[in-house]
Amino acid sequence: MNKVMSNRLSIAIYVLPALLLVTILVFIPLILSAYYGLMKWDGIGAMEFIGLENYINGIKDEKFWNSAYHSFLLAIFSTLSLAVYLTVSLILASKIKGSDLFRKIYLIPMLLSSVAIAQLWIKVYNPSNGILNAILMNLGVKNPPAWLADPSLVLLAIFIPILWQYAGFYILIYYAALKNIPESLIEAAKIDGATPTQIALKIKLPLIKEVVVVTVVLAIVGSLKYFDLIYVMTGGGPNGASEVMASYMYKLAFSSYDFGYGSAIGFLLLVITLIVTFIIRKITATDEQVEY
Amino acid sequence: MKRRLFTTLLLSLAVTLLLVGCSESSTSSSDNEIKFMHLWPEGSSKHHYEIVNEIIADFEAENEGVKVDLEVLSNEQYKDKLKVLSTSKELPDVGMTWAAGFLEPYVGGNMFASLDDVVDGELADEFIPGTVEAYEIDGTTYGLPLELNIATLYYNTKMFEEAGVEAPETYEELIDVVNAFKEDGIQPIALGNRDAWTGSLWYMYLADRIGGGAAISNAIDRSGSFEDSALVEAAEKVLDLVDKDAFVKGFNGLSDEEAKSMFMNEQAPMYLIATWDLPNFTTNEDVPQEFRDSVEYLKFPTVDGSGDMNSFIGGPGVGLFVAEDSKVKEDAKKFAAFFIKEWGEKSVAQAGVIPATKVDASSLDLPQMYIDILDELTEASNITLFADVQMSPSVAQVHLDAIQALFGNEMTAEEFAKIQEEALSKE
Repeated sequence: MNKVMSNRLSIAIYVLPALLLVTILVFIPLILSAYYGLMKWDGIGAMEFIGLENYINGIKDEKFWNSAYHSFLLAIFSTLSLAVYLTVSLILASKIKGSDLFRKIYLIPMLLSSVAIAQLWIKVYNPSNGILNAILMNLGVKNPPAWLADPSLVLLAIFIPILWQYAGFYILIYYAALKNIPESLIEAAKIDGATPTQIALKIKLPLIKEVVVVTVVLAIVGSLKYFDLIYVMTGGGPNGASEVMASYMYKLAFSSYDFGYGSAIGFLLLVITLIVTFIIRKITATDEQVEY
Repeated sequence: MKRRLFTTLLLSLAVTLLLVGCSESSTSSSDNEIKFMHLWPEGSSKHHYEIVNEIIADFEAENEGVKVDLEVLSNEQYKDKLKVLSTSKELPDVGMTWAAGFLEPYVGGNMFASLDDVVDGELADEFIPGTVEAYEIDGTTYGLPLELNIATLYYNTKMFEEAGVEAPETYEELIDVVNAFKEDGIQPIALGNRDAWTGSLWYMYLADRIGGGAAISNAIDRSGSFEDSALVEAAEKVLDLVDKDAFVKGFNGLSDEEAKSMFMNEQAPMYLIATWDLPNFTTNEDVPQEFRDSVEYLKFPTVDGSGDMNSFIGGPGVGLFVAEDSKVKEDAKKFAAFFIKEWGEKSVAQAGVIPATKVDASSLDLPQMYIDILDELTEASNITLFADVQMSPSVAQVHLDAIQALFGNEMTAEEFAKIQEEALSKE
C-alpha cells in the first residue's frame, strides 16, 4: 500500500477523475454564477455589466433576509431535532427487543423521494379533506387551521415533514457510530457501577462526539440550502411566508427571469453557508483524537 | 509494469468518456430534419399528443425527405428547458411559446424568427381577431397562436337547485348565493390560489366589470395606473369576498388542481376557470356523466350595476415559434403554418379545444356547452389578456405575489395597487 501511495502517478490516477468532475460540475459553475451576479441578465438575451449592483441590492433586499431568517429557523430546528434522533439511537443501540424493526421503520421516509413526501403531506394538510383536520374536527376542534395557507403556521407545518424526512438518516449514522463502541468499555463501566444514563452521557456520547459534530454541520448546511419540499408544497407562499434562500433564488432566476440577481443571491447563499460552516468548525474543533 | 499499463488505460478511458460526454451530440441530424418540441405528454394530454402525431405524419407524407424530430416535455419542465436551450443557442427549430410578456426576453435576445410573412401570406385571414396580435412585439409577429381561452364561472346546477338559488347575474346576487351555501355548510367557491393566477382571474374580472375592459391593460401599458379608483375598488371587492368566506378554506395553500378536484367532487359549487378545462365538463369519459350533466357556465356577474357581461378575460394559450438561427428555417416555417391549418378542426373535434383559427363548427358534432361558448366568443365585446401574460416576467411575479397577499388579507387594496404601480414604473 505504501508503495502505491508514494508513486505520484498513481496518486494522480486516484485523485484526478473526481477532481475533474468536481471542478467541472462544482467550481466552474460557482465562479460563473459569481460572475453572472455582476450582470443585468434575463437569462436569454445579452448581458450587461452592472458591477456590484446585484450584490448590493441583495444585501438590502428585505425579502432575501426574510427568506434567510426562515432558512436559519430551519437550521435551528434541524439541529435541535438531532438531540431527539440521538436519544432514539441510544435507545435502539442498547439491545432492546425489536430495535431492528424500529430502525427500519425510521429509515422509511429516507427511501421516499422528496416529491412523494411532499404530495403525501399536502394531502395530510389539506384544510377540507386532509387527515389532520379530520382528526382535529373529530376531537371537537370547530375551526381547525388551514396549515399551508396560514402565513403564521406554514413554516412550522412544512418543517415537520422536512425533519421527518431526515430522521432515518441521522438515526442510522448515530446507530452505526454507537455500535462501533467496543463492548469492553461499556462492561468496564458497568463493573464500576455506572447507571445506564451515566454510560450514555459519560461514555457513549464523548466517544461519538466527532460523529455528532459532523451531523450538526450536515444538518445546518443542509437546512440553509434546503429547497425541494418547500418548492413542491408551497412554492415559498403564501406571499413569501415559507420562502427560504434557495427557493427565493429559484424564483428570481426562473420565474422573474432575473438571472443576474438570482445568481447574486445564489452566491450570497454560498457565502452565508461557508461562514456558518467555518464558525461551527471553529466552535467544535478538538485536538484530541478519540482512541478506543 | 502490467499494472501500470492497466491504470493508464483506465485513466485514458475515463478521460475519453468525459470528453465524449461534453461533446456535441447533434452531429447526426441531417439537413432536412425539423426539431420540434411540445408540451403535451401522452400521459396527461392524450388527445393533444395524438393530434400532433397525426399532423406530423401528414406533413412528412406531403413533404418527401423532410423529417420531424419530436421532443415532448410537460409544462413546467418545458419552460425550464426552453430557457436553458436558449442560453446555449440550441433552441428547437419549431417549439411552443406563450404570448406577450413571455415572448419579450426571447425576442429581445433575437431567438425567435419573424413570422410576418407566414401570417400575411399563407395564414392570412385564418386567425380569430385579437389572437395573433398577442404575439406581436413592436409590430412584428413572433408566434402563431394555437388555442384561445376565455374564463367563465362554472357552477353545479344540481347543488344550486338543492340550495334553492339561481345563477347570479350581479355581484349582490353572487353574495346571496355565497351566503345561501354557507348556511348549508357548503364552501361556495373552489379556488386554488397557491398558483396565484387563479386569484388573478377573480381580480381581473372584478376590475373589468368596475372599470371597463381596458382598465387593467391600460395600467400595464402605462397609459393608466394601478392606483386608478376602479382597480383599487376591485381589490376591495376581493377583500369583501374573502371577508365573506366565499372561497374554500385554505385556498392560498391549495393548487389549482386541488381546487378543481373539489369542484369536480361536488364539494364546492362554483369554480372560475378558462376553457382549457371544458373537456372535463363535457366530453372526458373519465369524469362521471352525472357530474358533467350538472355543470353549467355563467358569464361573470356585473358589479354595482356596471360592467359588460360580454367582456371576457382570456387570451391565446400556447403558440408556435420558429427559431431565428434554425438551419432549416424555411421548412420550419412551412411546418408551423401547416400545423396551424391542420390543428384548427382536429383540435375542436378530437381534443375539445377552442383553436385560435376560425373553424366552421356547424359540421362537427359538439357538446352544447361547447357550441354556446364558441357563440359567446363571436359575440364577445372585448377579450382582456391574462394580466400575468401581459406583464413582463418580473412584474408578473410581483403581481402574483401581491394577489396572494391580497387574498390572504395581508395587504390593503391601496398597498396592493401601490406595490404593482411601483414595479411597473420601474420597468
